[in-house]
Amino acid sequence: MRRIISVLLENEPGALSRVVGLFSQRNYNIETLTVAPTEDESLSRLTVTTSGSDKVIEQITKQLNKLIEVVKLVDLTEGAHIERELMLVKLKATGSQRAEIKRTVDIFRGQIVDVTSSVYTVQLAGDSDKLDGFIQAVGTSGVLEVVRSGVSGIARGEKVLSL
Amino acid sequence: MELLSGADMLIRSLQDEGIEYIYGYPGGAALHIYDALFRQDKVKHILVRHEQAAVHMADGYARATGKPGTVLVTSGPGATNTITGIATAFMDSIPMVVLCGQVASTLIGEDAFQETDMMGVSRPVVKHNLSVRHPEEIPEIIRKAYYIAATGRPGPVVVDIPKDMTTPNERYEYLYPKKVKLRSYNPAIRGHAGQIKKAVDMMLAAKRPIIYAGGGVILGKASDLLTELVRMLGYPITNTLMGIGCYPASDKQHLGWLGMHGTYEANMAMHHSDLILCVGARFDDRVTNATEKFCPGARIIHIDIDPASISKTVDADVPIVGPVDAVLKEMLSLVRESKEKPDSDAIASWWKQIDEWRAFHGMRYETSPDVIKPQEVIEMLCRLTNGEAFVASDVGQHQMFAAQYYKFDKPNRWINSGGLGTMGFGLPAAMGVKLTHPDDEVLCITGEGSIQMNIQELSTCKQYNLPVKIINLNNQALGMVKQWQDMNYESRHAESYMESLPDFIKLAESYGHRGVRIEKKEDLETKLKEVLAMKDDLVFVDIYVDRFEHVYPMQVARGAMKDMWLSKTERV
Repeated sequence: MRRIISVLLENEPGALSRVVGLFSQRNYNIETLTVAPTEDESLSRLTVTTSGSDKVIEQITKQLNKLIEVVKLVDLTEGAHIERELMLVKLKATGSQRAEIKRTVDIFRGQIVDVTSSVYTVQLAGDSDKLDGFIQAVGTSGVLEVVRSGVSGIARGEKVLSL
Repeated sequence: MELLSGADMLIRSLQDEGIEYIYGYPGGAALHIYDALFRQDKVKHILVRHEQAAVHMADGYARATGKPGTVLVTSGPGATNTITGIATAFMDSIPMVVLCGQVASTLIGEDAFQETDMMGVSRPVVKHNLSVRHPEEIPEIIRKAYYIAATGRPGPVVVDIPKDMTTPNERYEYLYPKKVKLRSYNPAIRGHAGQIKKAVDMMLAAKRPIIYAGGGVILGKASDLLTELVRMLGYPITNTLMGIGCYPASDKQHLGWLGMHGTYEANMAMHHSDLILCVGARFDDRVTNATEKFCPGARIIHIDIDPASISKTVDADVPIVGPVDAVLKEMLSLVRESKEKPDSDAIASWWKQIDEWRAFHGMRYETSPDVIKPQEVIEMLCRLTNGEAFVASDVGQHQMFAAQYYKFDKPNRWINSGGLGTMGFGLPAAMGVKLTHPDDEVLCITGEGSIQMNIQELSTCKQYNLPVKIINLNNQALGMVKQWQDMNYESRHAESYMESLPDFIKLAESYGHRGVRIEKKEDLETKLKEVLAMKDDLVFVDIYVDRFEHVYPMQVARGAMKDMWLSKTERV
């Protein structure tokens, strides 16, 4: 099953490589990974999406917790949560395609953030399925380049991941 | 406040940490540190002949004393040579701090002379590693390193020290921190009371219980508590290879050790048990055999300081995260106070069954009128040293024979590379023990394959007068490899035969030691007695043993615990 694990990590050199190293060392799978400092500069927040049986996920969270630089973590998929991913897509946009693409972007509540005579660059945020859906809707033949940020997530309601 | 250079701060920190010995080898990036070492006499340095041996020495010291070992090496090859030793300590959870020189911080990343990314190279095999970024950080980093190495589930910690952090004429205020606090590292200090209560209720209700203890009991200094609990309950106990000595082997409740080469009775009792109390062990593949066939009728209580060890390979019914001593202490008082008592009828019939397995006598070997059997060498050594020697072993058949036939009644005396299985571990580990236990008998049980992996340390033994007794069970082959080839590859002995063995006697003598060769069975006892009487000499005892012997019992691959070969022809 797909899981989203959010980790508060000491913002120190080498800390990220320990997390990434752990995944390859123990044969766990990383689907996406995002990391950035938090409002507290001594901490980074890392979000990793992974998949595996419950036993594997349990090991992943335990092994992550064992890393000295991991301060706290939560498996967001255990409760109600919001996940978002940002995507920038360059699409071939000429002639009648231009209006069609514009309509599709509107339906997906995306924005066209850069325009040339033959290319639209579209920005889209949402959960991963929505981004996949957009690519499917515009058709892969018109897609020139895709960049996705990887998943960020946060729990719904009062629950917070902090010190 | 005192002003000290980074190098002096490092050595002062070691002094303030109470470090008696460091094992190491100098080189360019570590020279400021070696100079600081030279200008004091509290911390003694042992110069090895290869950095790997320095780590095994520190490891042997740590296993025998329970205190963290310390290693000092230079950058690049000095650092990478320590990796096998660090991995060995990591797999067996041995506390250790490895101080590595590094090229100057201004040169890092430029492929400078003797530059290696030791932080990256060591990362998968350390509990943690730390890099010095400013000389002022040194005392705190050293304090942290020992704190992390020795608390929780112990392990090796590497400290990477760029050369410009130890420059002699740059001085800083020195203050050794009394305490260290890490917001992200808080090892459990006691187990969950509710879980412990639940576990004790299950233990008292069990009909066919068994205690399965591991190296965690020794590391957690909980042998006495475990022994008390096991005796109070009257239940059978087995332990892992790493747990040897955590409970007296000569006691009647002890079934020997379990797993691939464990005793028949221990493996049978595990398989047929209805309750397993696992104390500081980790259900390693060399213990469980095929996990899906593991102990089908047993519920499992698992005590471990490391939550990640619980339900990693075999699911625990009652997990208890905590230090073994604290948890055992609570269990003892609950058992004492409890109105429930063990079911004496059920336990009596369980013992009756176990005694039948014992009577079947799985641990046996055929003696020969003229060939020396490796097992009888070990049995004789155990008798001649009253079972009180420190035994550091290498890896292979001799290791299994030593573990099977030397009976350890005390913890910290069986010193072996259990998890990583590092050939070449034995001699340096024995040296680390001998250095701090000069009046105790220290044996290095080895084979002609393993001993040659760190034989250069005979030179270190001479320099520091370390009269260990090297017992070389010489079968002129890589015995364990050959055994597997006999069993699984129709005796095709690919590269397991060692041609051109050196004359070990002359070799030992050339290093200034003594050598004794034993080829005839009738000489074995007399010569071993002579060797053990040579208290002040390192003696290399080269014993020609049966070249065709196999280690039994041996679990059948991919079987259950109870599926074993008991000899070349008997399978149960």
